[in-house]
Amino acid sequence: MALGEIPLSERKSGYEFMSRETRAMQDDAVTGPAVLTLLDGEALWGKLGCAACHTNMKGVAARYPAIVGGKLTTLEQQVRHRNPELAYESRELLALTAFVAKQSRGMPIEVSEIKSHLEAGRAFFHKRQGQLNLACANCHDDNWGKKLAGTPIPQAHPTGYPIYRLEWQSVGSITRRFRNCLTGMRAELLPHGAPELVDLELYLMWRARGMPMEAPAVRP
Amino acid sequence: MARVVVNVPAEAKKGEVIEIRTLAGHAMETGFRRTQLGELIPRDIIRSLVCTYNGVEVFRAELHPAMAANPLLSFTTVATESGTLEFRWTGDNGFSATEKASIKVV
Repeated sequence: MALGEIPLSERKSGYEFMSRETRAMQDDAVTGPAVLTLLDGEALWGKLGCAACHTNMKGVAARYPAIVGGKLTTLEQQVRHRNPELAYESRELLALTAFVAKQSRGMPIEVSEIKSHLEAGRAFFHKRQGQLNLACANCHDDNWGKKLAGTPIPQAHPTGYPIYRLEWQSVGSITRRFRNCLTGMRAELLPHGAPELVDLELYLMWRARGMPMEAPAVRP
Repeated sequence: MARVVVNVPAEAKKGEVIEIRTLAGHAMETGFRRTQLGELIPRDIIRSLVCTYNGVEVFRAELHPAMAANPLLSFTTVATESGTLEFRWTGDNGFSATEKASIKVV
């Protein structure tokens, strides 16, 4: 374990850093902000005929990113395997992904330990980059729980993606979140599907191993 | 077709105050934003929500720009009799959505 990594017993979901009101939004299963997206996802699932092959998606989201066809693949990438016309970050892809991820709610995160990708992700997490010369670890390992621009810094456990983020007023993927952070660090903005970000996602999911899935979560 | 969701308790005691929550999928474009080319994006919002309880209006809201997308409105009413609550959202560009929920009063 690298120096500064959060001990397993001290890990906290982003949920625990949220206000009472924001938690209530996430816990509201009937009129929560992600409900509309889930309904869209369910409709698309039927329209695209996903059910012809897939009967049970329980636990699937808790295992991604995973190796598919020899390549490390995120849940989003796998969801569009038959429908590559679904663009990254499009309403449709997010809805479908959220619908799949929802079915793993409450299940522990359990990704495969693929050493080469994990090491690459860990290296990215600890690499200082951008004009502010910051690494992800500077905030999320060393300073979690303190405030950045008035907001608590979470530990960066991706338990609830895709999330409904209040700041976005919409559902977004973990890659969107990564790109937000990269912008804040004034670092090179990597495109959706960039292998570096897929490795990072695997590392973060491994870092959150055993924590329960919350997708689709609400975050401030 | 617009997506709307309402949450009404299935059963309530006579005279009980019940909470009703409604959610409507809508972008709520304010009309103040501009595109990157400087053109004004026209306003497109939900203007009103009306709720009737067995035909009697029990709640009405007027919505304005600068409200969040997918507005969630919650309000209370008194459970008087079994029947149907009807909800109607109307807005710019002919936006209209309706939803019904039934309640059993014991």
